[in-house]
Amino acid sequence: MWRDHLTEIIVFTTLFLLVSVMGFVAARWRAPRDMAHLDEWGLGGRSFGGWITWFLVGGDLYTAYTFVAVPALVFGAGAMGFFAVPYTIVIYPMVFLVLCRLWSVSHRHGFVTPADFVRSRFDSPVLALVVAVTGIVATMPYIALQLVGIEAVLKTMGVTGESALARHLPIIIAFAILAAYTYQSGLRAPALIAFVKDTLIYVVILVAVLWLPQKLGGWGSIFDAAEAKFQATAQNPNDGILLNANNQLQYVTLAFGSALALFLYPHSITGVLASRNRDVIKRNMSALPAYSLVLGLIALLGYMAIAAGVKPLPGSTPGSADANTVVPVLFDQQFPDWFAGVAYAAIGIGALVPAAIMSIAAANLFTRNIYKEYLKRDASPAQEANVSKITSLVVKVGAVACIVFLDPQFSIDLQLIGGVIILQTLPAVALGLYTRWFHRGALIAGWAAGMGLGMWMLYQIPNPATKRAHFGGSAFPLSDFGFDTKKTIYVGIVAVLVNLLVAALVTLALRAAKVDAGRDGTTPDDYFADEGDPRVTPGPARDADAAPEPVA
Amino acid sequence: MTASEPEEPGSASSRAKDHSPWNWLLFVPIVVPLIPVFFNADAPRVFGFPRFYWLQLAYILLGVTTTTLVYRLTKRRGGDR
Repeated sequence: MWRDHLTEIIVFTTLFLLVSVMGFVAARWRAPRDMAHLDEWGLGGRSFGGWITWFLVGGDLYTAYTFVAVPALVFGAGAMGFFAVPYTIVIYPMVFLVLCRLWSVSHRHGFVTPADFVRSRFDSPVLALVVAVTGIVATMPYIALQLVGIEAVLKTMGVTGESALARHLPIIIAFAILAAYTYQSGLRAPALIAFVKDTLIYVVILVAVLWLPQKLGGWGSIFDAAEAKFQATAQNPNDGILLNANNQLQYVTLAFGSALALFLYPHSITGVLASRNRDVIKRNMSALPAYSLVLGLIALLGYMAIAAGVKPLPGSTPGSADANTVVPVLFDQQFPDWFAGVAYAAIGIGALVPAAIMSIAAANLFTRNIYKEYLKRDASPAQEANVSKITSLVVKVGAVACIVFLDPQFSIDLQLIGGVIILQTLPAVALGLYTRWFHRGALIAGWAAGMGLGMWMLYQIPNPATKRAHFGGSAFPLSDFGFDTKKTIYVGIVAVLVNLLVAALVTLALRAAKVDAGRDGTTPDDYFADEGDPRVTPGPARDADAAPEPVA
Repeated sequence: MTASEPEEPGSASSRAKDHSPWNWLLFVPIVVPLIPVFFNADAPRVFGFPRFYWLQLAYILLGVTTTTLVYRLTKRRGGDR
């Protein structure tokens, strides 16, 4: 079966090996004398300028998930899947100023993770631990999602076996290579590979959106074909090329909630902290939406697949279909083999860049907020870097295990659960950058309330398409709260609102009870510091302590 | 490599204070794309795209324009004093 796809496999493998070599060489790229420091391994020396940051953060946020799951959702549900476009539009103006503050305070104090900041700001190792664990747990399914992207491509090329091990062997090999060069080069590897990834993606998408509509009779008939398909299959009342009265609230809250969540993910913050100065961040926030355009066009590949009559490949259980294969199958049908191979490589490499950054971010969280905080207080910078390197390997093994043992039917749902989880760190991390009004105890209480409610709501949601009774999506019917309506709402928004409410009420209570709120380790001035400031990333003593003494 | 040359004094005037009335402009590209009444319709179609799709893609331009504008207007050696 794979012999029919020989050209595709050769092109895919060649490009894949090429970037692997780049990953290993990256250790020497812009490298300092001493790589044995978390700032170097985990943040690329905190020295990236505008272009590198653009590719790095873009390569980080727009992942294989983009290429595979968004068009799959559009293919299956129509307009609802297009939520990714408003989501990636509203995100940048929202974090435009917030991230600059985070950058400044992090560089002054040598913070590597958002939990480092929380530790210092609220004088609470426990709250920092909560934020760190939340970050790690939310990142794991996100890494697994990248593997789903590679798997969809391999499946389309016929690289599948009968047994579970044989089916997953190519992914295990790919991830072993990824793990090896991430171990060696740290954040420099994905930063360098991101150039190749994005070039491939832009080429593939430009060709696809110029060429495919001509073959399929123009954009008008593509949308008409999609509409006809949604009309014909009436089993899902919420599909269609437009939103209906019941899912508009879901669309808007999902876009807004996902946007709130995106820069709370530790890996997005890693990309931001690796930049050289505030200006780089601001310029990137205005330039990154160029990716959103590509994302919108990629989403529409789902409709092109409908118009081209693509049938997704069978899923892992008999009778089911693996929706994630629609785009790979579309390319396989519509393009010459060599070009399909390039497109597959774009997806495959598109999975490696974010997976590397995510595993680095998760490893940094473990090192700074668990290992250094609770296991080895006096860890040297070299020991920190070493622990991070090893943890990044463990994280990747965990992600591979997720894919081998879980059914990745609708991989987007995994990420939506992660989004609900990570949103619960919003009051401590994002609002914490602006105000210290919330009490540290109240932030923990709010986190617990939001997390509990979010998980309960997700548990209540069935997925009729996959016949699962729980965790079937993120659209919670308001009727379950007793409202007389068929409207649904994004779980994350409800959970984070409850989180905020609880945090506010408990803050008032703790204040009334005069419970100690701890000492703020940051000064108002820290939030405006920029490159050139004598205290930004101080040289030899830059690492000092997780909560260094705020210099007067 | 790292931000070296600590000789240059980072005086208060070299630091950007984030406060500027122009920042309020950022709310436009946050709010407008989240109002379904504007985009949730088929007509008019542009190049075959229903309004739902071309208008939301056009919002990307709105976002880029606004953030770029705010960036230029609040740049340290620019309008901000």
